[in-house]
Amino acid sequence: MNRFFLQIYILYISTIFLTTFLLYKMELTYPEKVRRYLSKCTVGIAGCGGLGSNCAISLARAGVGKLIIADFDIVTVENLERQYYFHDQVNKLKVLALRDNILRIDPSITVKPFDLKLCSSDVIELFAGCDVIVEAFDKAEMKQMIIEAVINHLPGKPLVCGIGLAGFGKTDLLKVIRTGNLIVCGDQMSEVTETNPLTAPRVGIVANMEANEVIEILMSKFKTWNENIA
Amino acid sequence: MKILLNNRKETIESETITVNELLTLKNFTWKMLVIKINGTVIKRHEYDSLQIKEGDDVAVIHLITGG
Repeated sequence: MNRFFLQIYILYISTIFLTTFLLYKMELTYPEKVRRYLSKCTVGIAGCGGLGSNCAISLARAGVGKLIIADFDIVTVENLERQYYFHDQVNKLKVLALRDNILRIDPSITVKPFDLKLCSSDVIELFAGCDVIVEAFDKAEMKQMIIEAVINHLPGKPLVCGIGLAGFGKTDLLKVIRTGNLIVCGDQMSEVTETNPLTAPRVGIVANMEANEVIEILMSKFKTWNENIA
Repeated sequence: MKILLNNRKETIESETITVNELLTLKNFTWKMLVIKINGTVIKRHEYDSLQIKEGDDVAVIHLITGG
């Protein structure tokens, strides 16, 4: 008799689970499915200055589930002119401040902060598991280092770079050039000089162009993912 | 010969050209560059010796400080 009740009970429980599961699947709208998909994606961000901080925030808001961020610097008052930090975060490590800001937007995001000045082998080690890598360095030498490291050691890994973004205005010069897995956002000519400083709007535009390219790359696999879970 | 330079079709007068010759010809005078030929990054010491061939896909990326 006991066994009979147990069987009924198991049947009952499994029916509930199955119905919940099916309802859950059916109820997802397209935007929900996209967010669900993006929440499984990982993006690496090399540098957390004007490009990196703004790009990370945008990706977090868009729903990317895991962000690996690296920088060796601390937040200064000058950084607040264009980087996504706040006055009470001055003197904090950028990676930790950025992690806090991301988690304030969405606590469910996994943020892995790395406080270090990236070298070629770090790039390979930290970002090998990422779906896309964002180059968000300040110095030209560092940009060159990551491009060479990714193309030579992580072939096929999409790398989105921000090159040429100093000054203000000239919005129509900003463009995206794609060659294989290397995507370059910016005007590829505006260098930071005494008379051509970085400004929040132009840095923000390029940071968001980078984030936009990342989402486009991630979304290229959404259809297959969606068909597989359906 | 015809090559693809930064996604644009270009016709070069000679049959072959080294990377450095192409940089001079096209006035790429920046110091920090990354050059890709058919997806492979070309190392600096190869710029004088490596010949670009008909149909090659060449990408020259200027690296500029700012971020």
